[in-house]
Amino acid sequence: MTTTATGRAPRRRIRLQPIAAILIAALALGVPFWLVIATASKTQAEALAPNLAAPSEWRLLDNLATVFADGRMLSAFFGSMLVMVPAVVGVLVLGSMAAWILGRRGGRLLAVVYALAISGIVLPPAVVTIVLLLRQLGLAGTALGMIGVYMGMYLSTVIFFVTGFVRTIPSELEEAARVDGAGPARVFARIILPLLRPVLATATILICLYIWNDVFYALFVIGGRIDTLPLNLYQVASAGLYLQNWHLIFAYIILMSLPLLVTFIVAQRRIISGITSGAVK
Amino acid sequence: MSTNTTLAKGAARRRRHDHPLWFLIPALAVLVVFFFVPTLFNFVYAFTDWSSFKSAIGFAGIDNFVSLFSNGTLLNALKVTLVYAVLVAVFQNVFGLALALLLERDTRVNRAVRVAFFIPVVMSALAVGYIFQALLKPDGALNGILGALFGTEMAIPWLGSTTWTIVVVAVIHAWKWMGLSMLIYLAGLKTIGEDVLEAARLDGADRWTMFRAIRFPLLAPAVTFNVATALLGSMNGFDIVQATTEGGPGGTTELLNIFIFRTFGQGLFAQATTMSLVLFLTVTILAFPVIRFLRKREDVL
Repeated sequence: MTTTATGRAPRRRIRLQPIAAILIAALALGVPFWLVIATASKTQAEALAPNLAAPSEWRLLDNLATVFADGRMLSAFFGSMLVMVPAVVGVLVLGSMAAWILGRRGGRLLAVVYALAISGIVLPPAVVTIVLLLRQLGLAGTALGMIGVYMGMYLSTVIFFVTGFVRTIPSELEEAARVDGAGPARVFARIILPLLRPVLATATILICLYIWNDVFYALFVIGGRIDTLPLNLYQVASAGLYLQNWHLIFAYIILMSLPLLVTFIVAQRRIISGITSGAVK
Repeated sequence: MSTNTTLAKGAARRRRHDHPLWFLIPALAVLVVFFFVPTLFNFVYAFTDWSSFKSAIGFAGIDNFVSLFSNGTLLNALKVTLVYAVLVAVFQNVFGLALALLLERDTRVNRAVRVAFFIPVVMSALAVGYIFQALLKPDGALNGILGALFGTEMAIPWLGSTTWTIVVVAVIHAWKWMGLSMLIYLAGLKTIGEDVLEAARLDGADRWTMFRAIRFPLLAPAVTFNVATALLGSMNGFDIVQATTEGGPGGTTELLNIFIFRTFGQGLFAQATTMSLVLFLTVTILAFPVIRFLRKREDVL
């Protein structure tokens, strides 16, 4: 009697679970995403009050074409790349160099340097005085200034992740190269950097995600000077909400989300395992 | 023997030679210029009258603090930021953990749904804010769904309440990031050994007891990471609130960063700097005890 009862319970749960999972996903994700797609496919009149009704005629491609031209999508895309790529490469290289030394050498001074170097993970950047400093350096409103600000913000993350990883690499691997007469620069470039690949991949994903989607710091440093995708969305939406252009706002959101979305879907397995590996220790 | 002593003697010099300190210089230079100097500037320019209306910058003592304190904006922004941070931390972790438990088994459906819940994490927070602004309009989709469900006209102003809007905005923030928390909890659940669970099962523990007494305590490292990142992320929040309420209604969702952005736009640089310093000090004062407390909880277990 009891065995049949306990035997039946798990089977029912198994059949219920996928339904619950799909239902929750449909409500929590399906509704907002459908709202975006449906509204982005409507005419301005129909999109005035955005709702879940299907568009009477699908004008998605027309709307995408409109924002592509009016939202300066191309220049925004290249602006985003212009600040993101150098900033990410910069933090990875400079951060790894510093982390190698911090991971290999001890001493009280370097402990203090390490603590300061990773403090940026927690501490918020001084966004107002950064603008003042950039003006004094002649970098206000420039890509170089923005790259420097992003590097200053995310070096801490890289140094933290990579220093921990460096300590797990056996020193013998370096010794072997040194016996062959390699100097520190060569040992770092040939031995250490290739071994850091997994941890650098994780850091790349996280930092790309932050920089690609950042609008707060960009508004202060390069707002109005250089186009980036979130900055232009902010402009399109600030003007669009006033003009009630929900269909254009959502068309813009679809276009600007596509690059990261495609990257994520193509590389989801590596991205997910990379992000989770660092967190739970 | 003799080679051993020379090795020991040369060890320190070799370490210096093999791992030269100049490798630290480029990273430290960037950190000093773009992070530490602006932070030090915060402590200086908060005490000046720096603004776009004057060319000279003069010393103003604690005038900025006094005026921001006496007109209530400082305490209001501080309170809103802290309430928002706590609400986000709670919602994001409850949602994330619930999703992780729901999608724990490795089936094809679950894998697909996990990927779907990660999409908001990849999206721009500003975009998420605009989506929810449309969804939560009084004549918007959510009220439409509720109206159809209850058979009456619904016109709840989700983003227009001076009491509840901060909760709604915190839920939106949690919605965007719950996929990340879910992943961390899933990874945490995987680290719990099957033998531990089997032992509990043999002792006759039901699912709830197993969760409360065994699985949740063993998730402590994941909780630490998720709570700390949620608190820090939301204290630095801007995008979602700017896109949904711009700090309104009546300043009830005005985070420190919203205030900083608004006053900076008005040319009141010193006031913006003062709030930036307040944010810096608040995070400094709160972050380290919170992380230490969460870590201690891990040790006890």
